[in-house]
Amino acid sequence: MTRKVALFVTCLVDLMRPRIGFAAIRALEAAGCEVVVPEGQTCCGQPALNSGDRDHAVALAKQTIAALEPYEAVVVPSGSCAGTIRCHYSELFEHDAAWRARAQAVAGNTFEIMAYLDEVCGWKPEGVTVDARATYHDSCSGLRELGIKAQPRRLLKSVEGLRFAPLAGEETCCGFGGTFCVKYPAISNAIVGEKADAIDATGADLLLAGDLGCLMNMAGKLNRKGSKVRAFHAIELIAGMGDGPAIGEEA
Amino acid sequence: MSGFTASFKDRADAALADPILKVAVERTAGTAQAKRAVAVEAFPDFEAARDRAAAIKDHVIAHLGAYLEEFEANAIAAGARVHWASTTDEACRIVIDICKAAGAKSVARSKSMLGEEIGLPHALAEAGIGRVETDLAEHIIQLADERPSHIIWPAMHKTREQVSALFKAKHRSPHQEETIAAMAESARRELRTQMLGADVGISGANFLIADTGAICTVTNEGNAELSLVPPRVHIVTAGIEKIVPSMPHAIHMLRMLARSATGAALTQYTTFYTGPKRVGDRDGPEAMHIVLVDNGRTKMREEGLAEMLRCIRCGACMNHCVVFRQIGGHAYGGTYPGPMGAVLTPVFDGLKESRELASACTLNGKCQEVCPVRIPLPTLLKGWREKSWREGLEPRSMRWGLGVWAWVARRPALYRFGTGVAVRAMQMLGKTGWINRLPLAGGWTQYRDMPKPAPQTFMNQYKKERRR
Repeated sequence: MTRKVALFVTCLVDLMRPRIGFAAIRALEAAGCEVVVPEGQTCCGQPALNSGDRDHAVALAKQTIAALEPYEAVVVPSGSCAGTIRCHYSELFEHDAAWRARAQAVAGNTFEIMAYLDEVCGWKPEGVTVDARATYHDSCSGLRELGIKAQPRRLLKSVEGLRFAPLAGEETCCGFGGTFCVKYPAISNAIVGEKADAIDATGADLLLAGDLGCLMNMAGKLNRKGSKVRAFHAIELIAGMGDGPAIGEEA
Repeated sequence: MSGFTASFKDRADAALADPILKVAVERTAGTAQAKRAVAVEAFPDFEAARDRAAAIKDHVIAHLGAYLEEFEANAIAAGARVHWASTTDEACRIVIDICKAAGAKSVARSKSMLGEEIGLPHALAEAGIGRVETDLAEHIIQLADERPSHIIWPAMHKTREQVSALFKAKHRSPHQEETIAAMAESARRELRTQMLGADVGISGANFLIADTGAICTVTNEGNAELSLVPPRVHIVTAGIEKIVPSMPHAIHMLRMLARSATGAALTQYTTFYTGPKRVGDRDGPEAMHIVLVDNGRTKMREEGLAEMLRCIRCGACMNHCVVFRQIGGHAYGGTYPGPMGAVLTPVFDGLKESRELASACTLNGKCQEVCPVRIPLPTLLKGWREKSWREGLEPRSMRWGLGVWAWVARRPALYRFGTGVAVRAMQMLGKTGWINRLPLAGGWTQYRDMPKPAPQTFMNQYKKERRR
């Protein structure tokens, strides 16, 4: 039976690094899924939700729910966007039973990509080779809202030639925090500075994670300090696209 | 008591520029984090114990009035007097009046965050009553004329080297040897005589036990006992949320408190005080007064902050907070720092003055993960953000920027067009794959580079590929 899944690309992947979206499609298809990209999607509304702007958060949540509810499964290449849909949409409709039911239905069908491939599809990559040492950062929303921890590691274990260098403080926030990093740049910088030092100290060639926001923050800091560590979304390696340009490298 | 002398950003910048502060915070909070992890690992089913602790607190908060009345009746039966204060001013006035009636010239105070919250040190000074802080860290704070920067270690922002210099400048016969033991001895020499000569002992309470009318204090130095037993009068100031139904509940909370705070199984001293000296007792105060303080707590229960009343003041949230670890406690500006402080300070000092505290958080959720009573701190902080937005307190640039973005994001066709133009425009900003300076995002590129986006958005590329 072919699983039909909708890809919610996320606004950041759409705008900044489309190859994460294409990697997601490639991995899902390899796992036997039929992938569609719903036309009506833009952003899940997390920036508004986390800024306290409830009206706009509600409006964007409704738009996203309407775009995604026709599908039996929605897959997202981001723990924080998947977490917003899964854990926070229904909170937005406390006093609106009809929309709350729709929000809960979509929430129940929404999965972070690596959790979906590993837990729902029971799939692992085959014939993918990357000769490198990698370290992994656990992005906070995926880790604490969705329990994303073992799934990416299990998938990456099937990538041949990939060795692991554990990251000290792998569960410590990188200091991105959405709008936090531009509202409080100096504090954010102090946090990501320590994270970049810890990444360098692993001696890894690659930094992997499951959220582009965190990756852009860490990779941007690593580049500014002259580090040679290259950063990828984990799904890029899993899908066999680890030979392409890393974040910040010219295509 | 608020300390909003500069903006939050200025205070944070000053903290970030202080390399000694960073060392001091890491020594204390870093050690606490490591020791807590070991203690939790060794505890049989800590998660179930957290559930039980949260349930105990939720139960008493839901039935606060009944348990407080039970406590009052039992405390009175044990010979104590119970006073009720709804504001900080009222609480201070009650304490000062008791001190004056006792003819007190000096008081010995055992560390209490509630005392800081109501501004008691300041009120005592205004009333001309001498005050000796008997907790070692509070003693350091008093000598330095500063305010606590952490609820467990008030002087955590100071290194031992700084404390040594302070003692040498202020103690009458300071230590000669540069060891922790010699410094502690110096403080002991300085404090003992003052402690024993005090007319009144003032403490907070870690727990109020409803069915016995007892109050409980925990310390690692034994200073509470020495401050509260010898003087003629013992005054307790406690927040009304400190109540637990009975001793077994207090014991459960104590097991959670010590492990969460320092990683120890128990504090060195855990004492229950039930009424003043009784007939036949060798020691103890002649009178015991318990001042129960509301200061916004009842309102918190009614206004969506009931979960915050579970807080047992262990400090685990701040020890594990990436922001606190960078800026320390003073930058928060209120009595309580860190995540729990960011939730409480707007209650005590007003949202207008303190709205930035809720924003200065990455919502990473670590605080909630370590909270012994499972307070959903990120959710409560988002609640303040929402209130701040609703009341128009957020900066206009933010409101405007988010409004324009959301307006476009609600029109997918326009959004596709706009993002397509944006990524093409951004191609011109960097010669390599990195952008070193980005207009409107200077906060980002001041400290880190921004990867240049691909020349086409995902949605536009995907549509083209499908057409082929």
